[in-house]
Amino acid sequence: MADPALFEFLHTEMVAELWAQDPDPGPGGQKTSLLVLEGMGFRVGQALGERLPREMLAFREELDVLKFLCKDLWVAVFHKQMDSLRTNHQGTYVLQDNSFPLLVRMASGLQYLEEAPKFLAFTCGLLRGTLSTLGVKSLVTASVAALPACKFQVVIQKP
Amino acid sequence: MAVCVAVIAKENYPLYIRSVPTENELKFHYMVHTSLDVVDEKISAMGKALVDQRELYLGLLYPTEDYKVYGYVTNSKVKFVMVVDSSNTALRDNEIRSMFRKLHNSYTDVMCNPFYNPGDRIQSRAFDGMVTSMMIQVC
Repeated sequence: MADPALFEFLHTEMVAELWAQDPDPGPGGQKTSLLVLEGMGFRVGQALGERLPREMLAFREELDVLKFLCKDLWVAVFHKQMDSLRTNHQGTYVLQDNSFPLLVRMASGLQYLEEAPKFLAFTCGLLRGTLSTLGVKSLVTASVAALPACKFQVVIQKP
Repeated sequence: MAVCVAVIAKENYPLYIRSVPTENELKFHYMVHTSLDVVDEKISAMGKALVDQRELYLGLLYPTEDYKVYGYVTNSKVKFVMVVDSSNTALRDNEIRSMFRKLHNSYTDVMCNPFYNPGDRIQSRAFDGMVTSMMIQVC
């Protein structure tokens, strides 16, 4: 199993590189970079959604898919499980991670709160991509109240 | 040894279909198309069953006088359909399962290829090579 630090370094460099190349430092340019990151995460998630469940039996329902995300996907990418999964049973799920590995090295508390969304965009795309391969169309957003804890909100889009 | 191998996307259009010999291709395409109904039936039957085991391998879909059709569905609802010559009775269930497992592994590799966009036709030569090794050798 590869050292988790390798992915963390690569991810940090990805974010830094996208922000360094940004010609427009205002909110318009920022959005493009966030979209690019999310798109990258989406493609990776699509591939992971095909590879990880290979030996597993078929998923029976949506909740099984979400549990797969919290346990198997999180363990494969971040080497730990998601700390909590909540749902309102009407298509909205909140996944909470109390010490998200990509944020844990930055700060502990409220410092760098404005910079945090950049580091969550890739992971939001990752979740959306994996869900889309497994047949669930969704919208994923992330929010940070205090580093390094963060919440990912998944809203299932009914066709 | 398979006579025809097809990979069908979750929206039920073919991502890859190849048969040997190549003269009667249309007949095999038609067979694969009709077998999709049986696949859907099996999937919905699995959904209603209270059994905990939900396998990916679907087994024999339907036998015709010359051929037998086997199916397999992945967690991403991509279906693999294989048509096998009936005269080849030496083929056991285990062998069919192992052929499907190889197909699934190769398909996963295609998915992870950064140059492949999910939903396109599969044009990977590695995948082609793997399928050729599973087909009947017709000289």
